[in-house]
Amino acid sequence: MKRPLRLLSALLLALLLNPLAAEEESLLMMRSSQSFPEAMLAVQKTLGEYGYTVSRVQRVDIGLTASGFETDRYRIVFFGKPEEIRHLSGEHPELIPYLPLKMTIFAEQDETLLVALDPTALDDIVDDEAFAQLTMRWKNDIIAIMDELREY
Amino acid sequence: MFRSTLFLISGLLLSTTLLAAPDGARLYERHCSACHGLEGEGGVGVPLVLPSFQRAVEDDFLFTTIRHGRPGRVMPAFTSLSDAQVRAIVDHLRSWAPERPQQAARPVRKPAHGKPGRGKALFAQHCAQCHGANGEGGHGTGVTFSRPRDLPVMAPALNNPGFLAAADDHMIKRTLMEGREGTPMVSFLDAGLNEQQIDDIVSYVRSFEEEPLHWQYDRDEAPAITMESSYDLQTTVENIKRAAVGKNFRIIRIQRLEDGLFEEGEQNEKQVIVYFCNFNFINEALSLDPRVGLFMPCRITAVEKADGTVELMAINPRYMSRLFNNAELDEACTRMHNLYESIIEEATL
Ligand code: HEC
Ligand code: HEC
Repeated sequence: MKRPLRLLSALLLALLLNPLAAEEESLLMMRSSQSFPEAMLAVQKTLGEYGYTVSRVQRVDIGLTASGFETDRYRIVFFGKPEEIRHLSGEHPELIPYLPLKMTIFAEQDETLLVALDPTALDDIVDDEAFAQLTMRWKNDIIAIMDELREY
Repeated sequence: MFRSTLFLISGLLLSTTLLAAPDGARLYERHCSACHGLEGEGGVGVPLVLPSFQRAVEDDFLFTTIRHGRPGRVMPAFTSLSDAQVRAIVDHLRSWAPERPQQAARPVRKPAHGKPGRGKALFAQHCAQCHGANGEGGHGTGVTFSRPRDLPVMAPALNNPGFLAAADDHMIKRTLMEGREGTPMVSFLDAGLNEQQIDDIVSYVRSFEEEPLHWQYDRDEAPAITMESSYDLQTTVENIKRAAVGKNFRIIRIQRLEDGLFEEGEQNEKQVIVYFCNFNFINEALSLDPRVGLFMPCRITAVEKADGTVELMAINPRYMSRLFNNAELDEACTRMHNLYESIIEEATL
């Protein structure tokens, strides 16, 4: 009696504590009601608070307005934890094209959209339990960061 | 024993309270608002707030649309939300249209007695210019905000397993009779078709079910394109630059992978990234899907390994493409894949 009960409760608990377990969307997205410059600052600040270094903010909009695109507010934010990136690029060079992580941020009228790759998609590349845990942590961090940005 | 029972009971209690009242507004905000707008006004997705839309569809249509998504048409399938959560989202969508006339819970699925053959000709004449010759849907995504285009709201795919599963004949007919005020979709009664012709079109749209367009991607696609170079690191980087310029790209930056992550002088010098871009290509890709920034800028990385050999690597756009659930990106991704491959080949030979 004791055993199955404990097993059951463990199972229940696992179910309860794992609300993010099976998200089928493979891009992580959020809409912020903040304007682009505000959202841009908030993203960088919040990434920092979660221990990530923003290695570069890349504009892709120079020349876009010239070719008819109506927003010049489109950036790519590259980020990562330095030691993690170094370790992974040494241990699993096949990951290098996907490092560091990145997020796209762009304006839609007076709101701002954020889009990131779901890092667990990288589990296809490296078949390794420790790596799967790492990408799950990245994913949860990105979701938490997006949740926080929503509250701004 | 006692403790684990307590544990179990509190777990059960917690789970029932959690499941009892899923917060539709919050769920919508988290799962839908990025595309459909905070108030359903549309964005990457089509608008959901318009009274003409709310009137035309039953709760079942909304429920099934959320569950199945629209394969290959950006809208994801939400398979892991609970039924209660999906219903809470539906209720939230409905909160935007409190005046919606109360209809029977679900109209009988009465097949329209139309002639699909005649409907086909009418479709080509009246629908194809927006919904595509085979009902594959309009180009681009949702609502125009940042890009100039021909239609302010994209025409959804009709030849789509997700749409066909969600929409019954009644809904399609109603949409054709009434149109969707506030969007380019007009009432075809007003536009001069009679009800028989509309039934013919409904039957034709229904006949897509016999052979729906299935979006397919190759699950075996490798995540990265890699190739070994026969030159040293420095020469290889120069070769990449030359090959990219030869393919009409502009070099925007050469940097180390670790730039910006480590202090100056501490970066690994053996991992060099060449970033390049082509504005026409970027512009074209953005008009297909504003999220494609995740592919940008174009990048090839040259890595010198411990044994001195140099390897070139790039993401495989055809692998990335599936994550967007956007069939329209496939062609651009294949082209990009081929460009990467030829630049890498040229740089290594
Ligand atoms: C001028 C462009 C245009 C034409 C022509 C047009 N449509 Fe539409 N249609 C749209 C747009 C845009 C929407 C999306 C409306 C919205 O967002 O609510 C739409 C919506 C629909 C829908 C609802 C789809 C859904 O997912 O809910 C159906 C069904 C439909 N159209 C069928 C037709 C048929 C059949 C014809 C030809 C008789 C036709 N349309 C002609 C632009 C058009
Ligand atoms: C990644 C962007 C995206 C997300 C996230 C998304 N949708 Fe959509 N949705 C779309 C697009 C694009 C379409 C139009 C599909 C087409 O063109 O065939 C659509 C279509 C729909 C339709 C049909 C509209 C019509 O006129 O018939 C409904 C209903 C809908 N979405 C509801 C939702 C809900 C509810 C959620 C959250 C649970 C959601 N969507 C999440 C992009 C999205």
